[in-house]
Amino acid sequence: MQLTALHKALLNNYQQDFPLSPTPYLEIATALGVTEAEVLAALTELANQRFISRIGLIIPPNQLGVSCLVAMAIPQAQLQTVANVVSSYSEVNHNYEREHAFNLWFVLIANNQQHLQKVLTEIEQKTGFLTMQLPLIADYFINLGFELELND
Amino acid sequence: MTDALDRQLIAAVQHGLPITSRPYLAIAQQLAISEQEVINRLTQLKQQGLIKRFGVIVHHRKLGYQANAMVVWNIPDDIVDEIGCKLSQEKCVNLCYQRPRRENWAYNLYCMIHGKSRDTVLAQLQQIIETHALSAFAYQVLFSRRCFKQRGAIYAADSGLR
Repeated sequence: MQLTALHKALLNNYQQDFPLSPTPYLEIATALGVTEAEVLAALTELANQRFISRIGLIIPPNQLGVSCLVAMAIPQAQLQTVANVVSSYSEVNHNYEREHAFNLWFVLIANNQQHLQKVLTEIEQKTGFLTMQLPLIADYFINLGFELELND
Repeated sequence: MTDALDRQLIAAVQHGLPITSRPYLAIAQQLAISEQEVINRLTQLKQQGLIKRFGVIVHHRKLGYQANAMVVWNIPDDIVDEIGCKLSQEKCVNLCYQRPRRENWAYNLYCMIHGKSRDTVLAQLQQIIETHALSAFAYQVLFSRRCFKQRGAIYAADSGLR
């Protein structure tokens, strides 16, 4: 799918402050000089093609419940199997392989610390590998959203 | 302050605002409250900072941002806040966190840098190191390889609020 000017404007301009009015898509359409139907169609395309995951909200870590970054060092041959175990938990919201001896990195979110520890203990028992827990101490991020360069 | 209804509202919206003409009305009907109350409460949660951002959540990889590096530094405790604040304002830095050091893991400052290629990311990193005089501090660059799972944070409606 080729991104149009409308797609690009929707991707870049509405990451932070989505209109909070009864007809937000009409408001966007007016701002961009198109019709509401065009905005709805373009966003549906972006979602269907997985350019966007959703129109949603981001909550700072540890505001609702508790979260923790976790790293594991897994031999390459077992990595996929261990990653599958980790991903199978609904408490895990992303799970990546990274280039390092600590090669599996994931974030866990739970309603409370006790539940978080229970999940980690289960993961250690099921996989036979230890977890390294790296909870947040400070979040320095101020500039929100992500400016995309979509022209090249 | 938040209440049970705020938490239900967050739970309803976090899976995605409907892409229909009156999306807040759809959510209001789900929660048996008015459209205006949905809008008022979301506005308030955003003003309070409980909602950090509300809008289009993009897939970086799909948009050509294939290189994603987590850069970790070992910064002395007495200056980590100062450096963290400065790095978070760099345009190419997406996230910037302090985390505890562990045995075999001496790093306490984490930055995420997304770029279209590894070279771009590494060039941006060099720029940051020069700008903020970080060359004396040990660091490592962990590029992401496979993505096993990726989705927005999902909070249960009954999550305890702090």
